Amino acid sequence: MAVQDTVMPTPLPGLFRLVGRVILGALSHFGRFSLMCVEIVRGLADWRAWFPRTITEVANIGAGSLLIVVVISAFAGAVTAFQSGYQWQTSLPYYVLGTLIVSTVVLELGPVLVGLVLAGRIGARYAAELGTMRVTEQIDALESLGRSPASHLIIPRVLAGFIVVPILTTIANVIAVLAGWWSVKQVLPLTNQDFAYGAQYFYRPFDGYYSVIKAFFFGGAIALISCYMGFNTKQGAEGVGRSTTAAVVASSVVLLLLNALLARVLLN
Amino acid sequence: MIELHGIKKRFGEQVVLDGVDFTVHDGETVALMGPSGTGKSVLLKHINGLIRPDAGTILVDGQNVALLKRAALAELRTTIGYVFQNGALFDSLNVYENIRLGLSDPAKYNDSAFSRQRVAECLRLVNLAPEVGSKFPAQLSGGMRKRVGIARAIAGSPKYLLYDEPTSGLDPVNSDIIDSLVKRLAEELRVTSVMVTHDVRGAFRVADRLALLSDGRIVLQGTPAEFRASTNENVRAFLERDFETPEAA
Repeated sequence: MAVQDTVMPTPLPGLFRLVGRVILGALSHFGRFSLMCVEIVRGLADWRAWFPRTITEVANIGAGSLLIVVVISAFAGAVTAFQSGYQWQTSLPYYVLGTLIVSTVVLELGPVLVGLVLAGRIGARYAAELGTMRVTEQIDALESLGRSPASHLIIPRVLAGFIVVPILTTIANVIAVLAGWWSVKQVLPLTNQDFAYGAQYFYRPFDGYYSVIKAFFFGGAIALISCYMGFNTKQGAEGVGRSTTAAVVASSVVLLLLNALLARVLLN
Repeated sequence: MIELHGIKKRFGEQVVLDGVDFTVHDGETVALMGPSGTGKSVLLKHINGLIRPDAGTILVDGQNVALLKRAALAELRTTIGYVFQNGALFDSLNVYENIRLGLSDPAKYNDSAFSRQRVAECLRLVNLAPEVGSKFPAQLSGGMRKRVGIARAIAGSPKYLLYDEPTSGLDPVNSDIIDSLVKRLAEELRVTSVMVTHDVRGAFRVADRLALLSDGRIVLQGTPAEFRASTNENVRAFLERDFETPEAA
């Protein structure tokens, strides 16, 4: 019986190809994202184009997101208070509850919760808007008119993200603390004086700055990532859907990474 | 004058343009024809730098488009009006603002009296009523969108007009209206026009010269009479597919 030479397929070339593709893809994203950032910096000189559009964007996403932020922060504050009441040890003074609620809300819950909600709301909106403009050639049209898409489309959205998210986070912090204050009084015999005393006793002004700094970075990250995803949309309606999903997922993941990084850097 | 020499472009493995040579002289209207998917729109986008070639040279008024820096390219684009296939109107802006964006000179753009007058003039040139200015793109028919797209392209008084399938998706009556408009604008505004189309009948009506793109190359460039007389296999196949060419006047 003749022995046939057989060439066994080796898994290595396939693996190398896959790794190579992933690395090339990552480098390509990094390159295009960097180019977009360069375009943003260049486009800042054209303030007549971006300034009025930034005001419109701030008004649109600020007013549009206010209700959901108020609702979510109110419930987050209330739940924090109820859980604190549930776990309460009678040996501790009640005023500590004021400290607990304010610190939890201002340092973590306010900025992160608002950031994640806005990653969904603003991120999806920006990616879908720019993605649709890309696939319907509106971005090409802008370029063909000799106008910069960065100045007209990206800078207003990114600046709005930087401006609006800290403002909404500050509002969310106030609402959550007030909701927590009211709620904790429903479950424990805590006086207003106790809560106010506890809230101020361990509170440092830096806590508030930290909250706003985090929100500032979150807002920028959400807007930049979403604009990048939308701007680089390909392949019609399906592409817009893909960009929108990718924008929300990537913004949320980056937001959580930034949260850990900023906590490590700013709280040490 | 627009000159393309040896333009090559591929997307991934797909070769779209494989050494295209194409010239448009000042003042003429050239129809670039070819079956769908042959790269006509890709070629058109090379002319105003929306797509860069893998190889070859694109010269517009002697300037090498692919080598122009950002500011110079933006400046050049103000001399080239581009009419997109589906209008590419900005959804969030009304017709007035869409056309006003075509005013590339910042002084004119910010002069509200001039803007109003110029937008009204552009609407008139494309046979649209001034009241259309307050409508949004979603409220317009396909033909009106195309005409607003043309109005936006001419707002900045360009030297060149590039039309990407201006009649695609339109009924014969609206197609004829757009064809007449292209012809009239070329005469009234004395612009140099390049019209990408697969509408053979319209191309013969409007163009001074025709070019056929097939398999990534220009198969033939010539006058309508030269096209009719051509024995080239690709030309015959394309022309005989859908029409009896209108006889030369």
